[in-house]
Amino acid sequence: MLKIENLHARVEGKDILKGLSLEVKPGEVHAIMGPNGAGKSTLGNVLSGREGYEVTEGSVLFEGRNLLELAPEERAAAGVFLAFQYPVEIPGVNNTYFLRAAYNAQRKARGEGELDSMQFLKLVREKLKIMQLSPDLLNRAVNEGFSGGEKKRNEIFQMALLEPKLAILDETDSGLDIDALKQVAEGVNALRSPERSFIVVTHYQRLLDYIVPDHVHVLAGGRIVESGDRSLALKLEEHGYAWVAEHGEPAGASA
Amino acid sequence: MNQPARPPFVAALAEAPLPASGVAWLDKARRENLDAFVAAGLPDTRVEAWKYTALRALSQRSFAAGDAQALSRDIDPALLALAGIEGPALVFVNGVYRADLSMLDALPAGVDLQPLSHALAADPESLRFTLSRHYREPGDAFARLNGAFAHDGAVLRVAAGAKISVPLRLVFVGAAAGAEIAWHVRHLVELGEGAELTLIEQHLGAGEQAHLGTQLGDVTLHADATLHHVGLQQAGAGSSLVRRSHYRLGARAQTHLHALELGGTLARHDLRAELVGDAAGFHGHGAFLPDGRQHMDIQLAIGHQARNTVSSSTWRGVASGRGRGVFRGAIVVNTGADGADAVLGNKNLLLSPQAEIDTKPELEIYADEVKAAHGATVGQLDERASFYLRSRGIPEPQARTLLTTAFARAPFESLASERLREHIDQLLLARLPA
Repeated sequence: MLKIENLHARVEGKDILKGLSLEVKPGEVHAIMGPNGAGKSTLGNVLSGREGYEVTEGSVLFEGRNLLELAPEERAAAGVFLAFQYPVEIPGVNNTYFLRAAYNAQRKARGEGELDSMQFLKLVREKLKIMQLSPDLLNRAVNEGFSGGEKKRNEIFQMALLEPKLAILDETDSGLDIDALKQVAEGVNALRSPERSFIVVTHYQRLLDYIVPDHVHVLAGGRIVESGDRSLALKLEEHGYAWVAEHGEPAGASA
Repeated sequence: MNQPARPPFVAALAEAPLPASGVAWLDKARRENLDAFVAAGLPDTRVEAWKYTALRALSQRSFAAGDAQALSRDIDPALLALAGIEGPALVFVNGVYRADLSMLDALPAGVDLQPLSHALAADPESLRFTLSRHYREPGDAFARLNGAFAHDGAVLRVAAGAKISVPLRLVFVGAAAGAEIAWHVRHLVELGEGAELTLIEQHLGAGEQAHLGTQLGDVTLHADATLHHVGLQQAGAGSSLVRRSHYRLGARAQTHLHALELGGTLARHDLRAELVGDAAGFHGHGAFLPDGRQHMDIQLAIGHQARNTVSSSTWRGVASGRGRGVFRGAIVVNTGADGADAVLGNKNLLLSPQAEIDTKPELEIYADEVKAAHGATVGQLDERASFYLRSRGIPEPQARTLLTTAFARAPFESLASERLREHIDQLLLARLPA
């Protein structure tokens, strides 16, 4: 589904990703862990097409297409979803309006019919249950005045609604208490399917107690230095990232 | 003595016949206003109030005084419809009252609404105080012009204690005529003690025209009165519109203004609020959206003259194309206006490299225990927000429209009427580049 090869990316003239390779197959959950500054968030931003992230080398194929050529909205329509580490507050844009605009824009881009507001509302109500979000969030502006937990749950709610093929969760666990973390994880687990893949970017292994990954990768110095199964996350938890620096030689790891 | 040659604008109106009223004091006031206008001419940009609005191009044009065919101009009734809002309406075409287009037969009890032309014929004396006023400031050219030529407009009085639930509408249409004309309307609005009213003021354009319209409005609120004033300025694309609205608020009286500026080539609006009674409040909200080569100039001046007076104002500017916006927000807290609370914010968005907005906050405080906050910004669209929307599949142009509309809509969120809020949303969506 996703094949990243030797990806180099630069932000504000600074090289952040330095030869990252990763392959994600349908239905797989990959966890990417690493110390601060390793390039974890850069990966999510590069994959979703944020401006200011310059790819200097390497390739990213998504279902055989060159993902890097596509505008952010085209990537979304193709089925790539980024759950933001810091969801953006957008005063004055109604949440329901935003969601319907996004949903219909994706459908239109794929040549599918758009939903009218009644059909859409029905769909939204079903999806809301999954995230146990209060319906009154729908009437508010996008993320405006949401608590940290509400913002993160709103990201997962959007994911549930848009049903991407590949979801990248960028430190979705940061700033969440244990209850909110469980809710987010439940939301993600409800969406797991043999066709849908996840890249879960996190600093802590705690989230992986609830979203159990198939593969765990350690990102350090802009590349993947260690790959393994779930037990790798537990080792990291025990020994800390310093252990990777001593133990792991940089390796062009692939899953 | 050699006089410098008058610019065409002044020369054309200097010789124009003044409207004849048959009322001596009024004829005299009109003559004095015209003389003052001709003597001073149009202000240049050295006059502080016109610093960012150059009138050179206007001064080279000449306008005929008034439209002799105003009564017979064809106006599509659909143009006058507003979001399904029924109710009393006074309609003016090129500055002249049109009974055939107006709706006056269902006036609620306590409302006296009539065209100025009728009020002058019936009881000129009651208008003497306001219509005899002189305008002496250097930037007052258009007020003088209005004082000289305006013979129609709206006279609206609401009886003490009358709480009017039906909104009243004043509609001004600039209609295509053979020549470029200058038209003028003059208003007097007076709310008695404890009265309440919603007043919707619309400016519309019918057909291509490059008229000059001036409007001068005096709005007086007696103690405990409340006015909800909505202004929708959608004047014709080529027209120039210069307005001044002057509010005087008695004790505890409250004005809630929501003003949208969309139309005209040159649109200038002077808003003056004098809080003369204790605990009076002026709550002003507006947006101006110059596009193409439009020039919009909002001059807001709030005078706190009594204790515990409150003003809160939010204006937003969105400039696109080669649009030019000007916002001057001045708050003066006079001696004795202790306990005043004044907040004024003006945020602006530039959507193109050629667009420009000048914003000038001014704050003068001469009283004690005053709370005052004043802020102005000019910026571009938030790229983080744009990326967020695009990452969810919303194409870039649509994302920009969404964000821009949201920005411009903010001042209208406090508008009580949901219908009008939706109508304004539609106007903004239709207006902003998709």
